[in-house]
Amino acid sequence: MSSLRWLLLKDLQILRRSKLLVALLVLYPIAIALLIGLALSRGPDKPKVAFLNQIPIGQSVTNVGGKDIDFARYADRFFDAVDPVRVRSRAEAIDKVKSGDALAALIIPADTVDRLNGGLGQARVEVIYNGDAVKQSYVRNTIDAELAKANGALSSTIRDVAVTDLKTLTDGGEITTPLGSQRLLGLRKARAALAQVLDTLPAGSPERAAIAAVDDFANQALIGLEFATPALNAVSKPIAVRATVLDGSRTPLDAFAVALAVAVSLLFIAVLLASGVLALEREEQAYGRLVRGLVSRSALLAEKILLAAVCSALVALVMLAGIGAFTGVDWGRFGQWVIAVFAGGLGCSALGVAIGALAREVRAASLLGLLLALPLAFLALVPSGAVAVGVYDVIRVVNAAFPFKPTLQALDAAVNGAHPSLLGPSLHLLALTVAFGALARLALRRF
Amino acid sequence: MTTDARGVTKRFGSRVALRDVSFSVAEGELLAIIGPNGAGKTTLLSILAGILRADAGQLSRPPREVGWVPQQPAVYGKLSVRENLRLFARLEKVADPDAVVARMLEQTGLGDRADDELGTLSGGNRQRVNIAVGLLADPPLLLLDEPSSSLDPRQRERLWEFVDGLARRAGTAVVFTTHNVAEAERWADRVLVLADGEVIFTGTPGELRAAEIEGGDATDFEGAFVRFLRERGH
Ligand SMILES: Nc1ncnc2c1ncn2[C@@H]1O[C@H](COP(=O)(O)OP(=O)(O)OP(=O)(O)O)[C@@H](O)[C@H]1O
Ligand SMILES: [Mg+2]
Repeated sequence: MSSLRWLLLKDLQILRRSKLLVALLVLYPIAIALLIGLALSRGPDKPKVAFLNQIPIGQSVTNVGGKDIDFARYADRFFDAVDPVRVRSRAEAIDKVKSGDALAALIIPADTVDRLNGGLGQARVEVIYNGDAVKQSYVRNTIDAELAKANGALSSTIRDVAVTDLKTLTDGGEITTPLGSQRLLGLRKARAALAQVLDTLPAGSPERAAIAAVDDFANQALIGLEFATPALNAVSKPIAVRATVLDGSRTPLDAFAVALAVAVSLLFIAVLLASGVLALEREEQAYGRLVRGLVSRSALLAEKILLAAVCSALVALVMLAGIGAFTGVDWGRFGQWVIAVFAGGLGCSALGVAIGALAREVRAASLLGLLLALPLAFLALVPSGAVAVGVYDVIRVVNAAFPFKPTLQALDAAVNGAHPSLLGPSLHLLALTVAFGALARLALRRF
Repeated sequence: MTTDARGVTKRFGSRVALRDVSFSVAEGELLAIIGPNGAGKTTLLSILAGILRADAGQLSRPPREVGWVPQQPAVYGKLSVRENLRLFARLEKVADPDAVVARMLEQTGLGDRADDELGTLSGGNRQRVNIAVGLLADPPLLLLDEPSSSLDPRQRERLWEFVDGLARRAGTAVVFTTHNVAEAERWADRVLVLADGEVIFTGTPGELRAAEIEGGDATDFEGAFVRFLRERGH
């Protein structure tokens, strides 16, 4: 036990004298982590879209069944999602897209309002795309989404008007048509009036049969219209979405990016440090001296794992506290942070000593560590459904076999209270620590 | 207590580095192992030190009781001379680490460089620290692998006088390798000649000289030794 202490002190002293190395070891992962965090938490900027509104000024307001609809309002909402470049003609719009000034052009033809007003059929807008595949798909998604929103809003307005008109038809009241305002009697009152007339007619009179037929029609119309209102609702919003998240993280992207950035730093520091300090023992030729009776090979591995775990966990804690000072993280979870960073530090350091034992030289170990850590970090971020099922199963196995994904889960749970809770990933990490420690111990046989 | 090695054999893949090597070294005795490059000297010492495992053969002394000075300095370049000595003294669990460190600084003559990082020392000075680390625990058997190869003549003399003193006063058994035949003949009580992994001679320096100078020049140790090896097919 005291040998462990002397070795730890020795390694810390060596680290303290390798300032440049330690600075690189800490700054490089943090830089990578912050870049990943930034890339994740901020989507692309608002796309520039050329916008041509050919609807004559002052004619953007249309009246649908007595309800005013201002088309300009929908355009405004659209501008929240894109950065509009106003143009004066279709040719100018196409120029903007061609030259790359705008990623797309949206043209609203002059007859849009008239078409919406009815009679001329569906209103049409024109969209012209350009740009690379990624941006184009982003613009396309944005425009599609905004048009769908506008469609939805328009159709519910129209539905509301229709429902009101139907109600007037059954119950009576004022109705507005392109021909002007009119009072309607309403089917119910019409039936009541017919009933009064029927009462005054003698049985067997020929008018009675005719009026009874009209009453019958009014009754059937009433019954039919009872179904019309819910049917209209269904048509205006054919599919309503009720969102339920079953499994996986419910953390918003920004908060997840914090956990991710810290996990990436933890992985890199722990792996590079643990593999480096172990390989250094061999490079300095001291390994042979140490393991012939001074310390056991297992104790030496334990010392390296402990050293790298504590150092990487401390850097991770400082990162969390630093981010926490600027953003609103929940300080009440500090105890959980500590558990998560140490569990993650242990798992990643055990992977590190395994790499160091296999690579045997500091430079080879660093290279191997980097080669392994980057893909591990990316694999942990592949969402299910992004790849074929078989491939995703392989990715899941890889993610479970290496400590990065559980570290990320532990941090997400500790920092954001995400699902799964801290316990599972922590136990997973301890198991991986033992497994990679054993692998390193095996590799030391030919160290 | 005599240290015995019996039938030690070591293979690296298909190459046989040591073949059925046997010898013994008594308390207070200095045994020199000489032989050409690649003869298996380092391999033999590493097996005695417990760094390598022999494929066959027995050793009478556990590695715990063996002090080891490897051919390449096995010390930390980022630690100072004193820190290196103190670290290994603590790991060896010597009774009074500070006293031992002071004694070793005195012995190596590196007192004035005690607080310099080892990486800034010359190769010979680094080797002096390497040797000192192997001596820290006063082991009953001391293995020195080409300890003098990078030392200047004065340090070389100092080293051998110190080692000789250990053997004479403390009864330490010493096994060392060297390429300096004259050195072996001057300081060793017995010499073992190893070539291609096999023992081709054991005896006193006088007996080796007698075997070498059959029809040769009695003053040219090196030339006589080369001739000796050539006559035996090496
Ligand atoms: N780890 C190893 N793997 C494979 N072969 C090895 C290994 N160590 C030594 N050998 C081989 O074993 C033989 C003996 O090597 P050793 O280092 O013991 O020679 P030596 O007598 O100490 O030589 P030198 O005088 O050059 O130090 C050589 O042929 C060498 O190539
Ligand atoms: Mg050698």
